[in-house]
Amino acid sequence: MMLIDLANPTRFLSLTARILPWLAAATAIMLLIGLYQSAAAPDDYQQGATVKIMFIHVPNAWLSMFVWGVMSVAALGTLVWRHPLADVAAKTAAPIGAAFTFLALVTGSLWGRPMWGTYWEWDARLTSMLILFLMYLGLIALWRAVEDPSRAARAAAVLTLVGAINLPIIKFSVDWWNTLHQPASVFRMGGPTLDRAFLIPLLVMALAFSLLFVTLHLAAMRNEILRRRVRALQMMQATRQQAA
Amino acid sequence: MSLGPYASFIVTSYGIVAAVVLFLIVWIATDYRRQRERLRELEASGISRRSGRSAMDIQ
Repeated sequence: MMLIDLANPTRFLSLTARILPWLAAATAIMLLIGLYQSAAAPDDYQQGATVKIMFIHVPNAWLSMFVWGVMSVAALGTLVWRHPLADVAAKTAAPIGAAFTFLALVTGSLWGRPMWGTYWEWDARLTSMLILFLMYLGLIALWRAVEDPSRAARAAAVLTLVGAINLPIIKFSVDWWNTLHQPASVFRMGGPTLDRAFLIPLLVMALAFSLLFVTLHLAAMRNEILRRRVRALQMMQATRQQAA
Repeated sequence: MSLGPYASFIVTSYGIVAAVVLFLIVWIATDYRRQRERLRELEASGISRRSGRSAMDIQ
């Protein structure tokens, strides 16, 4: 199916109705496998059992940036291609991205206390992630502040594209500045430095959380389309009542 | 499975992730039911789309 076919909300709803149950089932299965592998993974020789926090912290951190990337593509869809579902995708991704960013910050903090001796440090990686979280909250507030969805969409799209500057800053902050946070150990030149005993559970959990995002996002987009139909019908109802 | 001296940090991390994921699922599922209910009420009151098709029609 071409992307342009999905420009029709009714066709999009039909597609989501068919694939959402399969996606939800795949998500649940991958999460169960990932959790089992995380529990069975050996202790790290330096970190001990706290390495298990990595299996939830890293997927959430990856997704916090990936979701903003999805919103940036959707922002281009709104501003350049004027795809009818682009702003629906952007609006509904923001709360989910905010949740992933919140979880990355909280689990990182809970991992940092036993490993670094502190819950928080104002270094480049942690601060840029906090800024990402605040930008998500700002976008959500913007969507709520402007009643007309099409006007809100354009303002949010511009803000999203400006905010995308933060993504390479987060990614390369550990290389550009001195930071408590460890450098990249999976997506790096020369391949991952993680042992397979940790890498495989981590990748399974990353896949599970990615499937979770796709499932939740499609379901939230379906809700938003229905919400706009409600709004359209309420406006028709108000017009009729005024005419009567 | 022994989680060592930092078990509380590990369990709290997994617990918070589970709680937030569960909250997202319940929030989205509840929102879906609410929107369908509103559409049903509006259509029951005689308001219909210009196309004449039901707002819940997805075929």
